[in-house]
Amino acid sequence: MTILEDRPSNPAAGDHDRPVGHGRMQRKEDPRFVRGKGHYVDDIVLPGMLHGAILRAPVAHARLVSIDTTEALAHPKVLAVITGSDLQALGLAWAPTLSMDVQAVLVTDKVRFQGQEVAFVVAEDRYAARDALELIQVEYDVLPPVVDARKAMDPGAPVIRDDLEGRTNNHIFDWEAGNKAETDAVFASADVVVTQEIVYPRVHPAPMETCGAVADFDPIDGRLTLYETTQAPHAHRTLFAMVSGIPEHKIRVVSPDIGGGFGNKVGIYPGYILAVVGSIVTGKPVKWVEDRSENLMSTSFARDYIMQGEIAATKDGKILGLRTNVLADHGAFNATAQPTKYPAGFFHIFTGSYDLAAAHCTVTGVYTNKAPGGVAYACSFRVTEAVYLVERMVDILARKLEMDPAELRLKNFIKPEQFPYPNKTGWEYDSGDYEPTMRLSMKMAGYDELRREQKEKRERGELMGIGISFFTETVGAGPRKDMDILGLGMADGAELRIHPTGKAVVRISVQSQGQGHETTFAQIVAEEIGIPPEDIDVVHGDTDQTPFGLGTYGSRSTPVSGAAVALVARKVREKARFIAAAMLETRPEDLEWEKGRWFVKGDPSVGKTIAEIAMGAHGTVALPEGIDGNLDAEVTYDPPNLTFPFGAYICVVDVDPGTGHVKVRRFIAVDDCGTRINPMIIEGQIHGGLTDGVGMALMEFIEFDAEGNCLGGSFMDYLIPTAMEVPDWETGFTVTPSPHHPIGAKGVGESATVGSPPAVVNAVVDALAPFGVVHMDMPCTPARVWEAMQGRTRPPV
Amino acid sequence: MQIPAPFDYVRASSVDNALALLDRHGAESRVVAGGHSLLPMMKLRLARPDWLIDINDLFELDYLLVDKDVLRIGAMTRHTTLLESDDVKRLFPIITDAERVIADPIVRNRGTIGGSLCQADPAEDLSTVCHVLEAVAVVRGPAGERMLSMADFHRGPYETAVAQNELLIEVRIPIRSDSSSAYEKVERRVGDWAVAAAGASVSLDSAGAISQVAVGLTAVGLDRNVTEVEAVLVGQAPTEELFTEAGRLASLACDPLADQRGPIDYKRHLADELTRRVLRAACRRAAASVSEITI
Ligand SMILES: Cc1cc2nc3c(=O)[nH]c(=O)nc-3n(C[C@H](O)[C@H](O)[C@H](O)COP(=O)(O)OP(=O)(O)OC[C@H]3O[C@@H](n4cnc5c(N)ncnc54)[C@H](O)[C@@H]3O)c2cc1C
Repeated sequence: MTILEDRPSNPAAGDHDRPVGHGRMQRKEDPRFVRGKGHYVDDIVLPGMLHGAILRAPVAHARLVSIDTTEALAHPKVLAVITGSDLQALGLAWAPTLSMDVQAVLVTDKVRFQGQEVAFVVAEDRYAARDALELIQVEYDVLPPVVDARKAMDPGAPVIRDDLEGRTNNHIFDWEAGNKAETDAVFASADVVVTQEIVYPRVHPAPMETCGAVADFDPIDGRLTLYETTQAPHAHRTLFAMVSGIPEHKIRVVSPDIGGGFGNKVGIYPGYILAVVGSIVTGKPVKWVEDRSENLMSTSFARDYIMQGEIAATKDGKILGLRTNVLADHGAFNATAQPTKYPAGFFHIFTGSYDLAAAHCTVTGVYTNKAPGGVAYACSFRVTEAVYLVERMVDILARKLEMDPAELRLKNFIKPEQFPYPNKTGWEYDSGDYEPTMRLSMKMAGYDELRREQKEKRERGELMGIGISFFTETVGAGPRKDMDILGLGMADGAELRIHPTGKAVVRISVQSQGQGHETTFAQIVAEEIGIPPEDIDVVHGDTDQTPFGLGTYGSRSTPVSGAAVALVARKVREKARFIAAAMLETRPEDLEWEKGRWFVKGDPSVGKTIAEIAMGAHGTVALPEGIDGNLDAEVTYDPPNLTFPFGAYICVVDVDPGTGHVKVRRFIAVDDCGTRINPMIIEGQIHGGLTDGVGMALMEFIEFDAEGNCLGGSFMDYLIPTAMEVPDWETGFTVTPSPHHPIGAKGVGESATVGSPPAVVNAVVDALAPFGVVHMDMPCTPARVWEAMQGRTRPPV
Repeated sequence: MQIPAPFDYVRASSVDNALALLDRHGAESRVVAGGHSLLPMMKLRLARPDWLIDINDLFELDYLLVDKDVLRIGAMTRHTTLLESDDVKRLFPIITDAERVIADPIVRNRGTIGGSLCQADPAEDLSTVCHVLEAVAVVRGPAGERMLSMADFHRGPYETAVAQNELLIEVRIPIRSDSSSAYEKVERRVGDWAVAAAGASVSLDSAGAISQVAVGLTAVGLDRNVTEVEAVLVGQAPTEELFTEAGRLASLACDPLADQRGPIDYKRHLADELTRRVLRAACRRAAASVSEITI
């Protein structure tokens, strides 16, 4: 990678009133969203379009005995009923997952989770499609399910994946990071060791828009247009080409406006494939949009980690080591979306923000009779689980040492001079300066005053808790030498064209699901070439119109695509210099740049604006040797490293001693994501993530009963927070730029989701300290908090 | 989008018209009021009426009026109207307390008291409130009107005395002097159904002793008032010891089930805790209204 110009990153970023470039501005996409004029997959209507619906398995584990579709086919509005055996004949019954496993598109042999896809009906309208599902007769031979991941490896446990040759158990992988011998030695010599089982229960991203697709296969020229709820249109196109046999140049994937993704829309779901098959079979466009229960029960869940944590320290509070063994419930198919080499995602950044002597983790993945997934819900490839583990363990250690949890953290932070910091599990943290961020959050919170108030309240029997979390994220996957998804490198492209009148279009390979790409990326270009963001159109989400790249998830848009966009703008700016020199009849090296304009050194009145240069490029100016007649450029960016945003969060809760009800009174979030492009958009991302975090900490949980029935299949049972459960967010920031990112920016989309759950749980546990509670697992519902007060904490799974 | 089974739809223009339509379309026809219980069940295909008879044009059933010593509430009165009414707040703060924690504004803008009582969901709040306030339900059918006490009206979970061809028309609540009431609920989240809730109404005599009391519980398997507390409380001056005893009796009287909202002992604990709280609040409010009158 070449950086055309090394500029110091902009210390003024975060400044609110800068007219062009970085700074606070309203989102360009909002006029259409606030007017209800967004255009989502379900808004797409094509001539002759048919509708699909999926019949789903009512049980978790069962052999498929027979399917009778006669009655459904006799429905006057039904055009096709597709079953697993139909797909088998086409070689499409199984599809590869993003973790090198396979997943059934429709059940052929055995149902492996409740809600699994059994048959697909194509009908004239969605009502008829849904009605016809009830006319399909299916006979199941019910088998005992594996529900509890802890029992998945028991001898004699039912083998879920008997489709895989030679399978005799439910084991998926063992994985480790760090140095076991060194870590064991550190633990053996430590004054204090505390251990705790910590469960991060299964939750679900539950985006407002469920998943769906409209497939339009043209039988004449063999061209497939697929409108999809996808966070990664290019990756989907390549995978569709590989699986379906339709050549890649004949496939166009369009991801229109997306109503929230959070990782839920990275994978390829059977429904998408079925819409394509439906269109091929009927010769008409087919729309399939799942309902809320289908989304909650069958699409990518998140977390489901059972972690045995151990932390070692000296008696005066120097943390020495951390180790953990994790049991990971991956559901019935290993369909986790993550870089190939990392079956546990980036979990091994579990050493957090602390300078440790040693660390070691092992992760064992197992199959259970539950929906597949795992990496989702703004988790940064499982940094969420990692941060939760270390931030809970540090709090438990603080309790054991009778130290203030803020003081313990301050004492153990990686020091600014240690960056770039190689941690003990193989990461190189790019930049950080943790103490000022921590101190700012404490100042905003009035930390000492809060502790005083807590002391007084405790004397009166009132339960108030203060919880701290200090997280370090790792985002912006990733360097192609280390990272790929199914062999596709995790780079992203950008193309920039300046039109003759000085307006611009930038085409990017990542896809917004609400993050504000159309604004942020326009601002990046604006900052670099000095034309207003309003004059820059951002095109994304259509594989026919954008360069290749791996998409938006893992907070990677700004670290990867944002870098590509900054670099492509700099390339254009550099080209503009040559054209300007020709126009001014001088040498390029005699020109100097100010935002929007090249001028003659020493004579600022003589210069050319970007608009003038663009007209010149497309006009009749005699161009210098090697410069062609446009002001366009393209770039593909392979990040040299990930970026490591961080933050300090403080949560204050009040617990009703009579009912166990938790009220989040205050939440202070100080984030450092390096250079801040649009502070308003950053705050929006933080607000959303914090709300998610409160939801996970207090109420969200996909639970299963002993038969494997999903108990979280509707919003009556799967609770997500509302404005009533969250306080007014108090946000602050520090700026520690990334040294390797062209503009010093780090990702921020998932910081708050990653960082906030431990702050809330730490606060709840702190409130319950008078009852001797040292740990409780999420969700901290009134009942579970009350049980903890009775000395009966229990894991959720 | 969740899609209900096919059905036909008709809008009723009056109470008589609604009754005639129910009669004409027979057993598989249902009236729809606010739709906030019925439509979710239809979308999940748990309810599959052939005909929906929409009674939202029956504005004649949307009223709140103080008629001598009775508050008359039309069956189509929306939750929001109850929540915002000053008369209701003054006379029966238990209703205001309950309405504040029933669902969210979107549901309250449509949902009706008639629909709530007829749905008779075990976690539904207004049934408890009406039991506690000794309300009378006015039900009209082909054979005319009947007046039912809550005990007769409410037959159990999801079951009432309203026949398929009848309509609940009105709810009547007797107004008592020197009385007040309160309601409190524990929920996992705003808009979630109750984990448990309790309501109480008390009247105080001139000496400040409890002359009448009723306590009801929601979502803990008790379809009647906790009548056990009456003998303990009536004739006594309100004290913490009495509330504690009442709470104990309430926790014994209920019969909760364990579910995702909590285990049995927690729900029994809440029956106890919330009974104490609502009795405390109701007595405090009643005492305040007595002193207001004497001033
Ligand atoms: C998200 C959500 C949260 C909720 N939370 C709560 C809560 O916390 N507490 C609570 O108490 N309720 C709650 N509810 C229910 C809400 O109060 C409903 O509005 C109420 O239960 C039903 O009223 P409705 O007018 O919508 O009735 P509908 O849904 O229209 O009807 C319900 C039933 O009553 C019948 N019916 C309606 N009116 C009459 C009538 N006049 N005569 C005869 N039969 C009639 C219908 O045929 C149907 O069987 C919630 C609902 C939702 C959607």
